[in-house]
Amino acid sequence: MLYREAGQFKTSYVADSAIFPLRQDRIGLGLIIVAAYALAFIGNSFLLQAVMIPFLVFSLASIGLNILTGYTGLLSLGTGAFMGVGAYACYKLMTAFPEVNVIVWILMSGFFSAAIGALFGLPSLRIKGFYLAVATLAAQFFLQWCFIRIPWLVNYNVSGALDAPLRTLFGTPIMGPNATPQTRYLVVLTIVILLTWLASNLVHGRIGRMWIAIRDMDLAAELMGIRPLQTKLLAFAVSSYYCGVAGALLVFLWYGGAEYDVFNINQSFFILFMVIIGGLGSLIGSFFGAALIFILPIVLGIVLPAMLSPFGISVGADVIEHLRFMIVGALIIFFLIVEPHGLARLWQIGKQKLLVWPFPY
Amino acid sequence: MRAPDNPVFAKGDVLLAVDNVSLGFGGVKALTDVSFDIRKGEIRAIIGPNGAGKTSMLNCINGFYYPTEGRITFKGVKRPKMRPHEAARGGIARTFQNVALFKSMSTLDNIMAGRSIKMRSNFFWQLFRHGPAMKEEVEHRRFVEEIIDFLEIQHIRKAPVGKLPYGLQKRVELGRALAMEPELLLLDEPMAGMNLEEKEDMSRFILEVNQQYGTTIALIEHDMGVVMDLSDRVVVLEYGRKIADGTPQEVKSDKRVIDAYLGVAH
Repeated sequence: MLYREAGQFKTSYVADSAIFPLRQDRIGLGLIIVAAYALAFIGNSFLLQAVMIPFLVFSLASIGLNILTGYTGLLSLGTGAFMGVGAYACYKLMTAFPEVNVIVWILMSGFFSAAIGALFGLPSLRIKGFYLAVATLAAQFFLQWCFIRIPWLVNYNVSGALDAPLRTLFGTPIMGPNATPQTRYLVVLTIVILLTWLASNLVHGRIGRMWIAIRDMDLAAELMGIRPLQTKLLAFAVSSYYCGVAGALLVFLWYGGAEYDVFNINQSFFILFMVIIGGLGSLIGSFFGAALIFILPIVLGIVLPAMLSPFGISVGADVIEHLRFMIVGALIIFFLIVEPHGLARLWQIGKQKLLVWPFPY
Repeated sequence: MRAPDNPVFAKGDVLLAVDNVSLGFGGVKALTDVSFDIRKGEIRAIIGPNGAGKTSMLNCINGFYYPTEGRITFKGVKRPKMRPHEAARGGIARTFQNVALFKSMSTLDNIMAGRSIKMRSNFFWQLFRHGPAMKEEVEHRRFVEEIIDFLEIQHIRKAPVGKLPYGLQKRVELGRALAMEPELLLLDEPMAGMNLEEKEDMSRFILEVNQQYGTTIALIEHDMGVVMDLSDRVVVLEYGRKIADGTPQEVKSDKRVIDAYLGVAH
């Protein structure tokens, strides 16, 4: 009953083209953001460190891939490598210029992966679909080779690993061994909210329409004066920017240090699954996908033993692990059958139903 | 909507001239030595039996194909080899035989996408959806709303076009082409698969576009009644060659056209 469109009249085109035209949606979004910030103060460090920070990082990477694959329709398997470029660029920048605040370098590092992404996006003018995916695979392997073989990237560190140096913001450590999960969570949350807002502005404006036009009918798009190469490269650049920032956050604000192999092909697939299950061409779907693929297994790991113990069944950790994989796998198949367009579409349908409830239409 | 004002080209001047154009794909000749012109402000029909090369002709005009021989002159300038998006920026818009809309977008967004080339605000402002970006968005929205009113599709403004009935999709596609404010509008079978009422509506829109905005129109159509009523001049193709060119009356009584359509007694 509370969720109604009635009585909200739009009197200007600005109001009518708002991203959240419904007042209730705007209130809901505000509440979610407030709750997310409140979580930093009420959540324990396990929740923040092992659940929320990675969830936000993966959401950001999914938004990146979604811009490319969901909005522009270009399949990419180079996500992991583009995340890696961001992480290595961030490492080089913050060790070379330690006096500049690290937040600046995290946001700047995305530009390096944007440039690399645009470079590897060049074949997209000629090839699409699976063939493009194979071409982006080249980026994945080549860049990973660079991460291993070029010691300059890790400042000739003998271990070959990236490690998070101590960095502060307003005197509080936000990076490195002394930074608490709480401060790191707040930094990640703020960056993710900011970048999500910018992405949402982009996809709802002229550029977003051009991307979708290329995805839906590239010949017609070209016929309307949309330059295919520029539009696709822009999508590659913006997408890689998001992946790059996500990669930097992943290494320095979540892991605290990592080797090249976190950016392997598995990472690319992992993000791709999140995008597909969350919903291609939907920003909120990126969050849903990250939640389903990353958080659900953790929740199951906690809930399953608790559910089984009242029946006197005590199982080993290994069995729980197997059960977890089976349930998550089954749920993925279930969701894909129920709604091939992803969780975002389910969410949309749900909202539509709620708007007219209790009537069917 | 304003007619694109270009004082050099008064009504009646040649807007686009096709001179001795041939188009071949390997051994197959789609067009052989075709010449005709399209004058400013007229409705020019291109007709012919199936496989006559009508769509190939349109594809040459808007840059999908480059003629193997001959040349195309647009606004008095010989056209170099160009990509379709360059032709579009030059003022040529087009609709397709099979509707080629952006299926997941709403009617509004489809027509707004047609305004892409007219939009100037840079990436930075797009990121913030403020200042020039928003001002431009509203400005173009106003223009798009005029097209929506003109085509009488207000009720489907926010509907995803993939779910619309065929007749309305054709109308949205016309709207999208109009959003580009083209000087030359190419319509590839705008009435294919429509019932009588939809055809009447579409004919009315085509005439209004032509008369109100002075847009030059070249159309391919199979419904002879429509062609004869709408067009100022007709060019007839058969097997990639031009067999007749003239007013509907002239073409209708041309022996070769009758033969092409009805067959020849042997």
